[in-house]
Amino acid sequence: MTALLPLFTAIPVFSAILILLIGKFDKKNFPRIWSVLTSLSLLVILAVIWGKGTIVHEMGGWKPPFGVVLVSDHLSRLMLLIVNAVAFLVTIYSYVYMKKYEDYLRFFTLFLFMLAGMNGVVLTGDLFNLYVFLEIASIASYALVGYGVDAEELEASFKYLVLGVLASIFILFGIGMIYSVTGSVNMADIARFLTANNIADNKAVLMAVGLFILGFGLKGGLVPFHAWLPDAHSSAPAPISAMLSGVLIKALGIYPLIRIFYNVIDMTPVISTIFIVIGCISMIVGALMGSGQIDIKRLFAFHSVSQMGYVIVGIGLGTPLGIIGALFHLLNHSIFKSLLFLSSGAIENRTGTRNMKELGGLREYMPVTSGSAIVGSLSISGIPPFNGFWSKLIIILAAFQAKNMWAAAALVLTAFLTLMCFLKFLRHAIFGEASERVKGAKEASFAMVFSLVIFAVLCLLVGIFNGWVISNIIVPAQSVITNKLGYISSVLGI
Amino acid sequence: MTLYFLDFVLLIIGLYALVVKRHIVKKILGVAIMEYAVNLFLILLGFRKSGIAPILTKDMDINTFIHTAVDPLPQALVLTSIVIGLGTLALMVAMAIRLYERYGTFDMEEINRLRG
Amino acid sequence: MKKNKQSGMTFIVKTITNLIIGFMMVFGAYIVLYGHITPGGGFPGGVMIALAYILITLAYGRKVVESMVSGIAGSIADDFGALVILVLGLIGLWIGGTFLFNFLPKGTPFSLFSAGNIILYNLAITVKVGMSLYIVFLALAILQRVVTEDETQEVRK
Repeated sequence: MTALLPLFTAIPVFSAILILLIGKFDKKNFPRIWSVLTSLSLLVILAVIWGKGTIVHEMGGWKPPFGVVLVSDHLSRLMLLIVNAVAFLVTIYSYVYMKKYEDYLRFFTLFLFMLAGMNGVVLTGDLFNLYVFLEIASIASYALVGYGVDAEELEASFKYLVLGVLASIFILFGIGMIYSVTGSVNMADIARFLTANNIADNKAVLMAVGLFILGFGLKGGLVPFHAWLPDAHSSAPAPISAMLSGVLIKALGIYPLIRIFYNVIDMTPVISTIFIVIGCISMIVGALMGSGQIDIKRLFAFHSVSQMGYVIVGIGLGTPLGIIGALFHLLNHSIFKSLLFLSSGAIENRTGTRNMKELGGLREYMPVTSGSAIVGSLSISGIPPFNGFWSKLIIILAAFQAKNMWAAAALVLTAFLTLMCFLKFLRHAIFGEASERVKGAKEASFAMVFSLVIFAVLCLLVGIFNGWVISNIIVPAQSVITNKLGYISSVLGI
Repeated sequence: MTLYFLDFVLLIIGLYALVVKRHIVKKILGVAIMEYAVNLFLILLGFRKSGIAPILTKDMDINTFIHTAVDPLPQALVLTSIVIGLGTLALMVAMAIRLYERYGTFDMEEINRLRG
Repeated sequence: MKKNKQSGMTFIVKTITNLIIGFMMVFGAYIVLYGHITPGGGFPGGVMIALAYILITLAYGRKVVESMVSGIAGSIADDFGALVILVLGLIGLWIGGTFLFNFLPKGTPFSLFSAGNIILYNLAITVKVGMSLYIVFLALAILQRVVTEDETQEVRK
């Protein structure tokens, strides 16, 4: 059973190299079919290891803390589910979408490397190994954002690149600081050292905390480090926008913050306040700036910043209810944000524009796409019975329970702003008079429609059966987060 | 202590070049200087005064090795980090060439069509 | 070595390149093969070998070096290097139960054939890194040529 863990990174890398080799002779069909098979096989392996408790795999036979370990507990399995499910549906979507770029080979190779990197980040139990996998996923995403090499896409990709490299440098600096204090880079060993010696006020640890918030916050798109996010997420091709906004900012930005600040370093009241303040500012700034956009992908990208603020407020509150709300919102956001970006890609594919004022009346010409866009907009605004309502409600209740009235007020205000923005999007793009561009549009192809419908159905099902989802998937993950000593004992075996 | 301070000055020089200069290639060199600074910081963590290189030869006793060698773990981390930096730098240079093709200028102040 | 009088650099550079190339290749091979005993290993050896090819590119021009190792051959060698590393890791998973397990006999310390399969990893990494740097340099050289020849047209490459 432990031998299945390295396969999550080995299989996508193997497929990527195989696509590079064999795709030289068969450029059209082999890359696409093999990528779909790869992501399907990863979902099958995830179903095999689901619900087996904490699994620890030691690479090369070396015991921790001398060797690298791969740890799969409930939080890792939640993140693996999010990453691999969204990746599978996006590969089906891009089966047809990438026809306009005519270069399947490099797209699917980079895509599979990004998937391997993200799987590695959520599975590893070693800080430097996390940095290496973070870099693999980030470099693949820098190249994918500027994929169609137009002027604007290259500029967005360069901005993303420079800021991303800056974040990685700061993360490496923080890892060096932690190594100088504890003498090890294994997460469980660092946790054991810090709790045994009780050095909460050590200046090096505080500096490492600041550097980690800076570095991982930049990767996760929190304010004030969000400057790359609207450009990169709107200029990328639509399936890459869905992957970036749907899983990359979570697996590379939010998950390391959760893992490091709950299982490795203690969550002190100062860090908790910092998280809540950053989260509130992200929510309000994201929603306000998103309301002024007329490019639909840029609007969705700004709302990604805002929704990540929700998650960080939930994490910062620190109460079990807050963490449950934050993790549930992580799951929901990946579903409905990917749905929104994929539907915007379908709209752009058929009508040729992303400008809200030039669209209109899509309801008659592209019924399935506009139906799924309506489902996505209602989910992100928090309308029952869709899934966004329940997770936002749990976070607001957690804020009231922790007697943090400013946070609760900001949460409610942002919910109203989000609803206002998305009603504007629906009025301009989906309902209303049909413009000239829309009149010639047909429905999107079967592969794209398939992914859109599956995402919309998932939105509805997770919303209706939210009790089952929370108690079987979210609560075990929350119990792992708050149980630092359990993490140490299961990895180190003491 | 002065070594750590000088290393920090190197990081600030790289950050200055990245933020203030307008030419793309100078920004890329700023990133390269910052990566050197961080790698140097990691190696300095394992430094020991008058220590030997961490290579075990045939006629060395294991105890002298433990007591006099510098720490080899940060050196392994830095090897990986240098390779990652190489890949990132190659990507940045290729992207700078492509940007020159599309915009006709190397000045980052004029490459700002995406705003708002 | 083809002596092309039109492209590349001056005669002095070409002569020195002829003298140094062999030494660079042998030194790179030495760094790789003794990687488990002395400092070095796969990555620096691969960089040395790639630098030898880059030196030929700078001194003689792109066409000469493309006739020695073409872009496609370098790309395929690159893929085979990566495939060998992954297959070795997966064989370790199958035999020993953990990824990257060391499954060859370990021999006597400090001799050439010791430390199990580290030497195989070093050779595979050398091929991968060397060919990677080589084709990246070749791609950047091609881009440069196209930009200076066609200043007015949009080129998609």
